Amino acid sequence: MPDVEAHVTDFVNLLKKHKIEGSQATAKQTAELLRTVISHQRLPHTNQVTCLLNAVRAVGEQIIDANPIELAVGNIVRRVLHIIREEDHSLATAAMAGLGMSAGSDDEDDVERDDGPVLSAAAVAAAARSTLRPPSLQTLLEDVTVLNVVPPTPSSGGESEGRSRSVEKSSRGRKLKHDVIEAINELIQDITSCHEQIAEQAVEHIHQNVVILTLGSSKTVLEFLCAAKEKKRSFKVFVAEGAPRYQGQLLAKELANRGLQTTVITDAATFAMISRVNMVIVGAHAVMANGGVIAPVGLRMVSLAAQRHAVPFVVLAGSHKLCPLYPHNPNVQLNTLRSPSELLDFGEFSDLLDYSTGAGSLEVVNPVFDYVPPNLVSLFITETGGHNASYMYRLISDYYSANDLVIKQTPATGN
Amino acid sequence: MDPSRRAPRAAIDPVPKFRQVGFFAPPERSQSGPPDPTHSSPPISSSLSPVMIPPPRHLSDNLLLHARPTVSPLRPDSSTAAATAGTSFDAADFFPALPSPAPSSSYSSRISGEGGFFNGGARGSGAKVAASSFPRGGFDLTAMKASVVPASELTTVSVVNDSLGIPEKEKGNKGGGSSVEVKDQSNSSKQQKPKTSKAERRALQEAQRAAKAAAKAEGNKASGTAASVNAKSAKAVKPAQKVDNAAVAASEKKGAEIPPEKDRKKDAPQPRMQYDDKSRVEKAKRRAVVKQTEARNRVELFRHLPQYEHGSQLPDLEARFFHLSPVHPAVYKVGLQYLTGDISGANARCIAMLQAFQEAIKDYKVPLEKTLVRDLTAKVSSYVSFLIECRPLSISMGNAIRFLKSRIAKLPLTLSESEAKASLQSDIVRFISEKIILANKVIVKHAVTKIRDGDVLLTYGSSSAVEMILLHAHELGRQFRVVVVDSRPKHRGQLLLRRLVEKGLSCTYTHINAVSYIMHEVTRVFLGASSVLSNGTVYSRVGTACVAMVAHAFRVPVIVCCEAYKFHERVQLDSICSNELGSPDKRACNCKRIWERTALPYTGVTIPRITKPPKMTIKMPKELTRSASLE
Repeated sequence: MPDVEAHVTDFVNLLKKHKIEGSQATAKQTAELLRTVISHQRLPHTNQVTCLLNAVRAVGEQIIDANPIELAVGNIVRRVLHIIREEDHSLATAAMAGLGMSAGSDDEDDVERDDGPVLSAAAVAAAARSTLRPPSLQTLLEDVTVLNVVPPTPSSGGESEGRSRSVEKSSRGRKLKHDVIEAINELIQDITSCHEQIAEQAVEHIHQNVVILTLGSSKTVLEFLCAAKEKKRSFKVFVAEGAPRYQGQLLAKELANRGLQTTVITDAATFAMISRVNMVIVGAHAVMANGGVIAPVGLRMVSLAAQRHAVPFVVLAGSHKLCPLYPHNPNVQLNTLRSPSELLDFGEFSDLLDYSTGAGSLEVVNPVFDYVPPNLVSLFITETGGHNASYMYRLISDYYSANDLVIKQTPATGN
Repeated sequence: MDPSRRAPRAAIDPVPKFRQVGFFAPPERSQSGPPDPTHSSPPISSSLSPVMIPPPRHLSDNLLLHARPTVSPLRPDSSTAAATAGTSFDAADFFPALPSPAPSSSYSSRISGEGGFFNGGARGSGAKVAASSFPRGGFDLTAMKASVVPASELTTVSVVNDSLGIPEKEKGNKGGGSSVEVKDQSNSSKQQKPKTSKAERRALQEAQRAAKAAAKAEGNKASGTAASVNAKSAKAVKPAQKVDNAAVAASEKKGAEIPPEKDRKKDAPQPRMQYDDKSRVEKAKRRAVVKQTEARNRVELFRHLPQYEHGSQLPDLEARFFHLSPVHPAVYKVGLQYLTGDISGANARCIAMLQAFQEAIKDYKVPLEKTLVRDLTAKVSSYVSFLIECRPLSISMGNAIRFLKSRIAKLPLTLSESEAKASLQSDIVRFISEKIILANKVIVKHAVTKIRDGDVLLTYGSSSAVEMILLHAHELGRQFRVVVVDSRPKHRGQLLLRRLVEKGLSCTYTHINAVSYIMHEVTRVFLGASSVLSNGTVYSRVGTACVAMVAHAFRVPVIVCCEAYKFHERVQLDSICSNELGSPDKRACNCKRIWERTALPYTGVTIPRITKPPKMTIKMPKELTRSASLE
């Protein structure tokens, strides 16, 4: 599979050079890459799932290492792994249900099922999928109905897998790959449309004449604000520039073009202005499992100011930004420093520095991210709705399977 | 006054004890000693607190303060302040009485008569005096001046004291029968409103009378105590007369003070120009020397602040150099330098302005048929308004101007023109050296003790005081690292960084957004200030609050370095009500703010609550590098 490897190296290089801007683009490209990997993966007759998982994991390891700060890559790799597991599981249960229907029960696992109403394979698959996930608010009602229809929930997909695999090997192998690719396409679709889904909720949070502060530039925030504008809400936006790249000015320009009442303020003036602000709405780089946010530099300051003035601090994040890891020393481990030339011209101070004596040294620090601890965040808005910081771990368990949290290690998975 | 009344008010009144002691106690004693009728038994000396400052020096000053509320346009303020003091005491009795100063001072004096309860009484009047001193713009300098003023004023003052004595005595008598008192008071309060204008008219006459009586007063004072004791019994009879007397006394006091009074009105910080008031803006425009084009895109939130296109004034001003005859070239030069930003920083601007004024005074000639005092004051005012048009004054400059004007106003008429000019020039030189240069030295000396080996010090922007501290510490051989945080409007931090690196300090440079990143390493934050306001807020370059806030969040002590001459009695709760707007970048849509207020809770300024009137600052160690660790 030479072309796949070429793809992977290309992507690794792009990541290493920080050529991909924004976590959405990164996530999308990662998903596309993994899709090619999977589609080119030749599956053996036995143990197809493990093979697929291993292939994805191997590629994932490479691309995560290429730029460990770009957490979206890891997120997507984990999502894909989770998708594979899920699809396999639902296939297995569906196959089993089929077995139960056609051949009757020759297995102790199926004894309990026999007396229950026999269902279509699709319904069983759906039920199986829901069992992989622990109960959640979204599936609260669905679960009940499913349970009512299928009193004995299929419980042991993993064990029966070996047997069922032997039954319909070839067709299942093709089916699995096909389903996984379908699911990945869905994921890509989700990633692309996450802005719209988040923006749909704008009217619920933005009321007439509200004053909003944001810092730096985020596409999600732009869409969010514009969505509210389209719904004929009139409100004011203060945009802090976001040194050292001043992308806030671009955002402000864009907002002003769309007819929003926009004011640019310097980053330093955020504290002064925040007392007149009703809500802070910002984008994020990544959301950690504890609800902490890796955000563009400067947001820690803004969040502190917001807390001091009791202004809600709202973070917009697509689900691809949800990272199942817990931050440890995020200031160092989840941060990068950019070129000092964004702050000082190279030649400007060189005349002053005397390296021979070593006296007088100059460092320039230009970090990219800030870590905003969960207690400073009032609300997360994702595609699935608004969530508290403490609920993040729960969302994460929806999207990722616990086996994949550590990618590097090659664990002996249950499958 | 029975003790039952006093106790609650002592508890209620939150004014710190030391406040009255320094300034307000002495007048009380001097005034109240004699009249204090009810409790005349304890000798005056017993009421003297150990901290008290001997009376003569402050006598004039205090009386000024007492006299003021009746006259000043700001009277409502002072009377309400007094009222609060009174209400806690006994609302029914005293509230109506308060507007006229005499009765209230007498009541406090009564209390103070009792040695044991000195504080309670002193507080009452202390609060009041504090209030009345506000409008006056009582920066310590002026306060000082009052004590130095020539003999002529002192004598008039003593007259006032004498006349004051009478109503007080009466009042004291009535203290026994409170019902009577209430009646008068309501009486007096009724008269209160029409009285002001009348009083003012009368003031002039009374002033002359007062001057005549000056010599006599001296003698009266001595015998005052005995007389008052006698009077106590005799005078209870005529309440109505007393009210009259009080009025007279008030006006008399006022009269005695006419020149400073007017003067004060002039340089009291006028209610700041609000730029959303169209008619006033129009007026100001007509007066303006510099034509300023208003910004096209005005920010709604800052409508009350001037928003002009920046950069348009300079060519205009340059072109009109020869038409601006009233402006002295030195002042003109400084104004242009402000405009272009060549001189910036509170201290630098203040020094430049004072030196320009010094030049202007040197070249000044009194025009025919004019007096130096009036004409020069007008001149200075016109210079100042020119400078304001170039760039709004900093608070330090406002204080310096107030100082200069008060010096001009206080010039004895006997001085010849050249002597007067010489004295003014030396005053200016002294102000620069004492209030600014020496102050900075003291700050440096004090602050260096806060720097230890291995420290990582963070500073924001470029403060001359902080720079001196850092350099001095480096000279002393302390091993430390400096983090210079900068932000966009001006990148002043780069200038500081350059100077520090040149001197061989090891520095780290970063922008304000990264302050939360770097704060982990920092052990101390040093900030400069443009001003410290009387509610304890620090007024400083925009972004200072952010730095202080982040430092607070990371539990890093913040030290604000500010010379005492930058203190101001203004209060401010946010940085929007009053501020100076910088120029919006061409690229960006709108304005940026230059100054900003730092919330006190974040700056670890130990000036705990500077609710004390600025008068207190004089008693505080002169230069205040207040440092504290935040708990």
